[in-house]
Amino acid sequence: MTHTESLLAAEEAEVADTQASAPPSHIHGQTIRAATGIYAGLVFVLIPLAHLAVPESHGLHASDYLVTLLGKILCYAAVAVALDLVWGYTGILSLGHGVFFALGGYAFGMYLMRGIGLDGSYHSHLPDFMVFLDWKELPWYWLGTGHILWAVFLVVAVPGLLALVFGYFAFRSRIKGVYFSIITQAMTVAFMLLFFRNETGFGGNNGFTDFKRILGCSITAPGTRIVLFALSGALLLGTLYLARRLTASKFGRILTAIRDAESRLMFIGYNPLYYKLFIWTLSAVICAVAGALYVPQVGIINPGEMSPSNSIEMVVWVAVGGRGTLIGPVVGAFLVNLAKSWFTVSFPEYWLFFLGAVFVIVTLLLPHGVVGLFKKIKTLTKGGAS
Amino acid sequence: MTPAILRAGYARGGNALGVSFGHQVKEGDLDTSTRVIVYLEHISVSFDGFKALNDLSLFIDVGELRCIIGPNGAGKTTMMDVITGKSRPDSGSAFLGQSLDLTRLSEPEIAHAGVGRKFQKPTVFENHTVFENMELALKTDKRVWKTLFAQLNSEDTDRIAQTLRLIRLDGQESRPAGLLSHGQKQWLEIGMLLVQEPKLLLLDEPVAGMTDEETERTAELFLSLAGRHSLMVVEHDMAFIRKLGGKVTVLHEGSVLAEGPLDKVQNDQRVIDVYLGR
Repeated sequence: MTHTESLLAAEEAEVADTQASAPPSHIHGQTIRAATGIYAGLVFVLIPLAHLAVPESHGLHASDYLVTLLGKILCYAAVAVALDLVWGYTGILSLGHGVFFALGGYAFGMYLMRGIGLDGSYHSHLPDFMVFLDWKELPWYWLGTGHILWAVFLVVAVPGLLALVFGYFAFRSRIKGVYFSIITQAMTVAFMLLFFRNETGFGGNNGFTDFKRILGCSITAPGTRIVLFALSGALLLGTLYLARRLTASKFGRILTAIRDAESRLMFIGYNPLYYKLFIWTLSAVICAVAGALYVPQVGIINPGEMSPSNSIEMVVWVAVGGRGTLIGPVVGAFLVNLAKSWFTVSFPEYWLFFLGAVFVIVTLLLPHGVVGLFKKIKTLTKGGAS
Repeated sequence: MTPAILRAGYARGGNALGVSFGHQVKEGDLDTSTRVIVYLEHISVSFDGFKALNDLSLFIDVGELRCIIGPNGAGKTTMMDVITGKSRPDSGSAFLGQSLDLTRLSEPEIAHAGVGRKFQKPTVFENHTVFENMELALKTDKRVWKTLFAQLNSEDTDRIAQTLRLIRLDGQESRPAGLLSHGQKQWLEIGMLLVQEPKLLLLDEPVAGMTDEETERTAELFLSLAGRHSLMVVEHDMAFIRKLGGKVTVLHEGSVLAEGPLDKVQNDQRVIDVYLGR
């Protein structure tokens, strides 16, 4: 009897533990409004002002480097939230989300390449790499890419369609767990190899670069930079809003039910296939839009973006911040990428060791990431006070 | 490739697509005009050469409360797997009512057609609250687009509250299901079955780990359900089966060994041999 009791108590403690670090369903609406207000003030007012209105000599000036870095991380944070929707909430670990990000980037990159016009090294209507390959005209899939609306459509449609088809067959075959992770990894490698080929028509291993303008505005102008930065900020905000609406709804509860007891869910009449497919495709599309905003800010896209390590790094952001929460992936993306930009300047050769060590430490000691640690400290101090 | 193979492939492909794009079994599809809800005829299932079910035939009437007993490995769980679409038989036919071929439907489709299942190990969504568990199980349109904009109406919440009272979990609505006791989890799972409004309930060891009082109440609950629902109960607890009082089927090595009232079955020499001869 005492044995069963102690077992029950242990189980209870364990569940209470996961409860403590699971997303709190009743975060105060006020806290969220305040956080949103501060975020909007920073991203849409303060940083733009500090970049555009404060003179460069002044200490409060936001440099090109800083704005670009933050804009880039905002895109990464949106990716992390999207990845968390499939991993943290639905229990599907993707090691290939980099491919959706990169395809979105390539789709918008096509528009940017067309925007170079006659200003390329060969002064041709064709992008430089095509002149170099001695191509005489644009391949059919480049048609229409000179129009921004068509490019934006491709940004959403191509990665979305890939995710839909890939997901349909994978989920229909009930491929789960580590097997799913491995085939997503294989997918991103396959695309990387495809894009490395010059004949594919996307610039081979050099990819796209030397962009000049978007909608007639110079891509290096401070105004353009700030608009792209603010759009990245809006993307993250929109992603968070959508993710919160979804996860707080019945739909979100079904996603976590898939994660926790998929067969139970099937036997009460839900077909997990379409739920997985929906969230998987949505996640891919968010990544693609983030990729499309990322490329004009960093000024280059090449097949390296599809390398397996990029996708794994995305998973590390989520793990470090805390999966299964919405704020976790954002915190993780900022922490890891700020550390990365410091490390790659100060000790470039040690960055990968550091990243590996962080992942090992988080996996072993902080299964719920930084956010989980923070919550634990909070409950502990509360418990001590009462 | 012969035309026959092509046709078969086309049919299978069409079937797969038809199934996948939101096709649902409608309530009217379940035809029980002959007063029989489950037909299992000559079912065989084998796993790696082991015959889990061997030419099993079993019929369950509408509103019947049937108990299934048998030693471990007799095929009780595999039989439930066949009925719920989890396992496909190698041969034989399985029908729900007159017209629904259980060997061709997926698990969610069979659930929609009116089959509810309680697992041997209580399986609830541990990170969800008791209320949320019931909400997910509640009979409603369970396709993605409907679910995205689903709202509970007052009828639904009443239905859930009423069922929670029945399974004595009222007042625990906002408690995570993972914190419930073993017996309470069993009841929550039964409650989830009830709000699903199935025609047929498959209950795999529903009173395992329950106290005597809980077992007593469960028997009462099942007796009150029989008539409106058909029940198939797998149990080892003979006192519980005696209380339920329905027809008993004894499974042994994948087929039916004996069938009838409990007293008759218990005095059957073959049944005694199987249970004592182990």
